[in-house]
Formats: sequence, C-alpha cells, structure tokens
Amino acid sequence: MQHVSAVREPLVTGGKTLHDVTQDICYQVEAKPNIRWMAALSVALFFLGVFFYSVYRTVWFGIGEWGLNKTVNWAWDITNFVWWVGIGHAGTLISAVLLLFRQKWRSSINRAAEAMTIFAVICAAMFPVLHMGRPWLAFWVFPLQNTYGSLWANFNSPLLWDVFAISTYFTVSLVFWYIGLIPDFATIRDRAKGTIAKFSYSMLSFGWKGSAKAWSRYETVSLILAGVSTPLVLSVHTIVSMDFATSIVPGWHTTIFPPYFVAGAIFSGFAMVLTLMLITRVVFRLEDYITLEHIALMNKIMMVTGSIVGVAYITEFFIAWYSQVEFEQYAFINRATGPYWWAYAAMMTCNVITPQLVWIRRVRYSIPLTFVLSIIVNIGMWFERFVIIVTSLHRDYLPSSWAMFSPSIIDIGLYVGTLGLFFTLFLLFAKFFPVINMAEVKTILKYTVDNGPTYNPKRAAHATPAPQPAIHGAPASAPVNYNKHD
Amino acid sequence: MTKRYALGIFEDEDVLLHAVENVRAAGVKIHDVFSPYPVHGIDDALGIERSRLPIAAFFFGMTGLAFALWMQIYMLGFDWPMNIGGKPHIALPAFIPVAFELTVFFTCHGMAITFFTITGLYPRFKVPVMDVRATDDKFVMAIELDESSSQLPQLTQLLRDNGASEVNQKEMTTK
Repeated sequence: MQHVSAVREPLVTGGKTLHDVTQDICYQVEAKPNIRWMAALSVALFFLGVFFYSVYRTVWFGIGEWGLNKTVNWAWDITNFVWWVGIGHAGTLISAVLLLFRQKWRSSINRAAEAMTIFAVICAAMFPVLHMGRPWLAFWVFPLQNTYGSLWANFNSPLLWDVFAISTYFTVSLVFWYIGLIPDFATIRDRAKGTIAKFSYSMLSFGWKGSAKAWSRYETVSLILAGVSTPLVLSVHTIVSMDFATSIVPGWHTTIFPPYFVAGAIFSGFAMVLTLMLITRVVFRLEDYITLEHIALMNKIMMVTGSIVGVAYITEFFIAWYSQVEFEQYAFINRATGPYWWAYAAMMTCNVITPQLVWIRRVRYSIPLTFVLSIIVNIGMWFERFVIIVTSLHRDYLPSSWAMFSPSIIDIGLYVGTLGLFFTLFLLFAKFFPVINMAEVKTILKYTVDNGPTYNPKRAAHATPAPQPAIHGAPASAPVNYNKHD
Repeated sequence: MTKRYALGIFEDEDVLLHAVENVRAAGVKIHDVFSPYPVHGIDDALGIERSRLPIAAFFFGMTGLAFALWMQIYMLGFDWPMNIGGKPHIALPAFIPVAFELTVFFTCHGMAITFFTITGLYPRFKVPVMDVRATDDKFVMAIELDESSSQLPQLTQLLRDNGASEVNQKEMTTK
C-alpha cells in the first residue's frame, strides 16, 4: 500500500484479492481438460509421433538419412540445436536476471517462461545426441575412462565445453524451476479434493507448509540460484558460439560471436515467450495477470536485443572487409549474394527490420501484431543459424568440393518433431502445473494499482491509496510501520 | 505425541507483523507463522537469525571450481597427456569454461540439497497442516498450548486485540 505508484501501470488488473489469485490459477489445474486443450494436445502428439519416427530412422539407418554431404556436414541438426538453446535463454533471463534487477512484472510470466526453457533445452539436446549416430554411446562425452585404458575426454574441445554447459544449464534450470513450484504445489495440495490429486500434489509439494523460516530460506536460495544462473545463461550461449568461433572456418572465426549469440538467443527467446504467452493468456483466461503492459515490456526487450543483433550483422560484414582476408571477405559476400541469398535476405528482413517496428507504440500494444512479429522473429532467428552454418561450409577453400545442402524428409521430420515434443511437454505442464507463480503474484498485489487499491475490496471505494486501510479485525489505532518492508 | 496449538488467523501481512511484535512483547512464545507468500520483515519480528546459506553457497562454488580444475589438470596433464597440435598439456585458458560450469553446477545443486535438508522438504504421502488456508490467502500464527490449554482465553483475547480475524485450536500429532 505504501509503495503504490500513481504513475506506473498496474501489474495485475481486475482488482484481485489473494483468494482470487489462487482461484484463477488453480482453476485450470482442477477443472476437466477443455476441448481446445485436447485438440491442441492431439496435434502436438501427432508431431511427437513424427519425431519418434524420424528418430527411429536416424538411429536404425544412421545419419545418412539426413541431407548432409561431405562439404556441408553440419546443417539442420546444429541449426535446430542452436535455435532451441537460444529460445531457452529468455526463460532464464526472466527468472534470474529480472529477479536480480527487481523487475516485479516478471512474476506472472516467469513460471511459464522457465518451463519453456527446460522444454527447449530438452529439444535442443536431441540434435547433438542423434548426430552422434550411436546415441547409446552418448555417455562417452563424460570424462570416463574408456575401456582400453586411461584416455580421457578432451577438455580443449569446445564441443566438450558444450556438454558441460548444456547439462549444467538444464539441471540448474530444472532445480530453480522446481524450487519455485513447491509453494504453489502446496496450495494445490491444500485445495485438492480427489485422492489421487491429494497424493500427487503432496508428493510434489515436498511437505511445504509456508512457515516463516522456510520462506526466509526459500528467498535466500532463490537469490543465490538467480545469482549463479545469470552468468550461467550468458556462458551457455557463449560456449555454443565457441563451437563455431574457435574454428578457423571463414565466417565462423570471429570474436564477436559470443555477445552476438547471447543477444540473438534472448531475442529469439523473447519472441517464443511472446508467442506462448499470447496463446496461454487467452486459452486460460489470464488477461488480468499477463496484461498488455507485460506484452509491451517484452516487446521492448525484443527490440533492444534485436537491435544488438542487427548491429552485430553489420559489424561482422565490416570486419570481414576490414580484415583484408580474402576468404573471410568471400564468405560474407557469398552469404549475401551467393546461392543462399534468399536465406540471408530472410534473416536480415526478419531480424533487423521487424524489431524496429516495435518503436511504434501501437504495434507494441497490439496483440495480433505482436503475435505476427514474434512468429516472424522465430523464423528469422532460425534462418540466422542456417545462414551462419550452411553458407560458411558450403563453399570452402577447394572449389571442386563446393556443394549445396538440401534437407531430407527426415531432417524436416526431426525439426517439426521437436516442435511436437516441445508443445506436448508445454501443454501437459499448462494443464497439471500452475502456469503462473501464485506465491509471487500474491506478494505484488498490495503494491499495484488498478483504478484504486486492488488488494482489499473494502478499499475500492477510496480513490487514492489510504495509508492505513480498513482491514477486517484490525484495531483502528494499530500503528503502521512504513520502513519495515519493501 | 499430540501437541495443541492456538491459531490466530490474520487477513493482512501488515496486521500480522504488528501482531507478531506485540505477541512477542507480551512474553508469548510463537511456535511458527505460516503465510501464502514471504512476508518481508517477519524474520526480524520473529527473531529469526540471518541465514548462513550464502556462506554455504560460496564453499559449494569453491569445491566445484577446485574439483573441475583438479580433474582437468590431472586427466590431461598427468594421467594421460595428449599431444594436441603441440599445445601445452595443461592449457589453463581452455579449462576455464568447464571450471566455470562446474562451479555453477556444484553451487546450485549443493544449495538445493542443503535447502531441502535443513528445511525438512522431501516427498511425502501426507502433509499435516495447521490450516489449509495458509497456502491460499490467510496468515496463520501458531502458539503452542500446554496440556490443559489454560492460556487459551487470554491468548484469544491477545490475538483478537492484535487484529486476528479468528482464533482456533488445533491438535497436531508429531512423531
């Protein structure tokens, strides 16, 4: 109440009380699945089937099923890997970086965004593992002695750094997400009627009771995890970019890659968060929690990171010319004007021009336009990775081995298949888990205004926030401590 | 063993904070306070010490860093040195990414395990709670009663005077 700002837009609209928040978020978990959810899940499951078929073909017949050739030996697989990992980054940015910066608006989107991170990393991990050709030997990437002696993994290889980065990122995100879920599982547990629901959510809630000491430790642990996740998220895409940057392939061997990849990752991640949130808020009727203000704020982050990416594209081009290295210059000229010019044009249009439209207020606050923009950015960022990977490889130093790449049906199947995997996981999450962090939204209710104080309906009559609200049962003389809490 | 508690139910975090201060000032020992979200300032009001978790985090991180560096230096430098393009066996700059990742890995998982252990969080079939509304919209102050519950009338009065909307009694069986 004492922190209510008259200028800022409310973070939660509709004059919600604490109980309303519980009701609104738990409704989806407790209600029978609706027809739209069932329909969406069926489509997702179909594509999951496509995924399993493509995995079967890849594993049974080998990676010859893919469209790779001797020259272009990395194509859709690594494109999809980088694309999915990048998408995951927005979730960690929202849950960790925005927590450290005390951006309270993150409260209503962090749960779903973190879920997106975890599912995106699962999808990403599929590609390098399948590209091994013999995924049952995937444990060889860990530093275990091989069967013949004491030969260890090569720690000088960026691909091995990637193994450590991705597995750390996945497990850390999972733990961070789960710790945040525990209080909300307890809420669902205490409301559950059915035996199975009561049992499952009791197990999931780890016996959380909301005692003061537990909350105090919970907050400390959240801050520490956010503190380590912040450099972690930056390191993950840095290391992904080093898969390319530490090689000597023209077009890859550039020092700008780490920051450029991190910005691109957050850019594409926010596009995916927007796509998902715009659907979720309508399907689950969460318009009061994910407001237009949230959409505009996410659009702004998308614009900033998109502009960084745009500058990086131009810098790369300039440095290629400035380096005076013939091969480097050719790699970039070939990108823009060679046989893959259309991919380059798609990347430039989607990633450089589209985010600039967000400067216009009407675009920023428009739901249909934001939705279209977010899809375009997702496509553009896929093309960015395709351009970086394929155009740098397809014309190497020896013109006799120049080649073009065309994806096989299995390549396409794997890509749309991971989309199916992603949406299956996301839909199951949205049905059985609270999509919005209830406990965290409850903490901000008192400090946000919606045409007058929202928290206590009795206060709705006052036009301006009263310093001492008439709270049920409170003695009129109870002193208010203004300095105590944030 | 069965214990009895008086439960003061509060509707607002600020009222609860004052109540906690006043009840403690009146010389009553508060068993615990349950709330749907973290109430800032309640640690001071209840006299909960500042958590030492950040110190643990530092040591977990250092363990991870030391382990990662030892592992890489031992494996590639001593146990099976590999000639990779004539570069030094112990190529420290190349060991930094893995060292950093393992620092984060150890910190995060060490913290999670510590948090679950000291707070007593683990999957269980049934969770006995003081009041189910404490995870929804109510703030519950629990005060332990003696065998005869003789203090209940005064406690009820004290809690009501401090803004409790209800005062209930609850029996909890603990092992």
